[in-house]
Amino acid sequence: MSVNQNRKHRGYNFAFLDENTKREIRRKLLKAVAIPGYQVPFASPELPIARGWGTGGLQITMAIIGPGDVLKVIDQGCDGSVNAVNIRKLLVKTTGVATTFDTNAASIIQTRHRIPEEAMRQDQILVLQVPIPEPLRYVEASEAKTREMHGEMDYSRMWVYLYENIVQYGEITIGARYPSLVNRRYLIDPSPIPRWDVPKLNQAETLYLFGAGREKRIYAVPPHTLAEPLEFEDFRFRVEDFTGRSCIRCGATDTYMNEMYDSSSGRKLFVCSDSGYCDRRREQSVTQNLACAEPTGHPLGRVPPKAEALVAPIQERSRSYPTASKEAGALEQVVIEGKEAR
Amino acid sequence: MGYVAVAGGEEAITNAEALVAFYRLKGGSTPVQVRQIREQMRLAVDKVMSEGSLYAPGIAALALKQAEGDGIEASFIVRAYRATQPRRYVSLPVDTRQMRVIRRISGAFQDVPGGQVLGPTRDYTQRLVDFALLGETPELAAGFFKKIGVQTSRSALPDTFPKVIDLLRREGLMAEPGDRDRALSDITREAISFPCNRSAKLQSLARGETGVMMALAYSSMRGFGDIHPYLGELRVGTVPLFINHRVKKHPVYLGPVLVTEAEIISGQYEDDQGIPKLTLGYGLCFGHNELKAIAMGVLDRTMQSQAPQRAPAEDEEFVLYHIDGIESSGFSAHWKLPHYVTFQSTLDRLRRTQKLKEEADTLEREPEPETPGL
Repeated sequence: MSVNQNRKHRGYNFAFLDENTKREIRRKLLKAVAIPGYQVPFASPELPIARGWGTGGLQITMAIIGPGDVLKVIDQGCDGSVNAVNIRKLLVKTTGVATTFDTNAASIIQTRHRIPEEAMRQDQILVLQVPIPEPLRYVEASEAKTREMHGEMDYSRMWVYLYENIVQYGEITIGARYPSLVNRRYLIDPSPIPRWDVPKLNQAETLYLFGAGREKRIYAVPPHTLAEPLEFEDFRFRVEDFTGRSCIRCGATDTYMNEMYDSSSGRKLFVCSDSGYCDRRREQSVTQNLACAEPTGHPLGRVPPKAEALVAPIQERSRSYPTASKEAGALEQVVIEGKEAR
Repeated sequence: MGYVAVAGGEEAITNAEALVAFYRLKGGSTPVQVRQIREQMRLAVDKVMSEGSLYAPGIAALALKQAEGDGIEASFIVRAYRATQPRRYVSLPVDTRQMRVIRRISGAFQDVPGGQVLGPTRDYTQRLVDFALLGETPELAAGFFKKIGVQTSRSALPDTFPKVIDLLRREGLMAEPGDRDRALSDITREAISFPCNRSAKLQSLARGETGVMMALAYSSMRGFGDIHPYLGELRVGTVPLFINHRVKKHPVYLGPVLVTEAEIISGQYEDDQGIPKLTLGYGLCFGHNELKAIAMGVLDRTMQSQAPQRAPAEDEEFVLYHIDGIESSGFSAHWKLPHYVTFQSTLDRLRRTQKLKEEADTLEREPEPETPGL
């Protein structure tokens, strides 16, 4: 488990937002947890991060984070994606909390478009950044009308939409953002997580908090709550199909993968979207191959570490990461990043 | 690869930031002074204050410098700064009848009481490139001041002007605002909901992006809607701002604020008693920004439309959800972020439906098995 220690910048209130704003967000979060799946409006003041770039998730994280938290920020499952780096920097600068790339070591994970592969625990919170909180936007443009539809639990037009999909294409064509019914009452947009991640919402151990900054809405899927993707008896909900694919880095066959084209061979390659998980699998296979005596932590997919492990002395990141040479021009590095950030 | 991205990501961001500064300065000319922007890019500063929703010319000018003149980026910087400022007081209502006018015109009446005051306007200039400005020097500017000083005569202008709509009100031609219009909300403390009260509408419009508002208002005046606006009055000038201080007995004067106000008068409409009246669309924004004030007045009026078929500019949800430059620019730009995961999910669906289609086509092409007995 590797955790980074950081120091807070002095010029700002802890976690940037003033305490009154945080208090409002916490009240709205409580309401969201109390009414699973219901979209609670909140004030959502502007942040120094652009609207649409994670301001809803950020505000939730800022409202719930404390000095003892260990933070992980991912975008597309990747800790190193430029926007995840930027958001992590802002949070670290204003809180000084420790950060990690390890899903198991984090107490709060802020994410865009993914739920980590490893099952999360009850002492962890996943904060999801949401671009469009309204699942009924597929069928109704007006916010006034969709709120009414939710009030009356009138989801008939959504069902018809799915039905028409099947009639036209033989299949439901929604990729990510798959509409799901929470606690048999409210339909939610689970944020643009792939269908692969949707079942993780159902009867989970973890609290899932959703923040849409631009649209000014907060909602939640609490632990041990039903979250069911809409499906028909004869047309079941299906996750993405990766049959016969495996990750070129870690060999995994049971993860959500992104496809890439190898520019030299033109071959199509697949790679895990959850970089933390992928790295750990690689690390493990290396240690196994070298028959290294030192245990690397807990095996994958097994019992997570005990809570006290979270407050164990924090080690410096011991691995060295290959970096692009300093001499290379800045412009070139931007290009490198554009190619390699996943 | 993940870790290369981590290291590269941090470094690339830092380098990109340095490159921005490099591009701003690489021409080698003297760095622009914020005071110069504030004074000589007056209208850009005003637009940024208005869209950034903070009356702070210095900050707005600095943001413009930082953003290399990109108005939306500068407004975003100002708006984010505004969100960090404590708000201890609420100003007393401003009466724009008290405005110290620098410009005031009416498009509805030829001989408006108080007179038409053109003030600083480009309206009646030819838009020719002024090559003389190429050689502008401090000496030339001083010479210009000497010349214009003779022409100014303060005494000829009254301190305040009567309002055009007051005349119409006295004659019983204007509809009075309804009760719902008096409710006061604060859109920075509570998300707007629909139907939306007038104060939330006006607050949203006042911080809206000029270009979007102009386009929507234009769509209405051009034909998507039934509003035929008249410019009752347009005024630009400063209004005094007061607050009630906790320990002071009398209101405390904070200073003058430059605003542009537009009063749009539009067609007949029956009031509560069924009497046909004229209706008012109201526009007010920080700084000198006539297009925005007019567009705001028009949109305030279009959103009161009682037409059964709503044109875009008459649909309050359509207008108010799309005029904020900070929100729309942020979301429009966010497509630059990686969407690999969702795109992968889309590809999965597409390949599956393509496969289903192929299978269906093959089935169609195959001859149907003959049914015995028919």
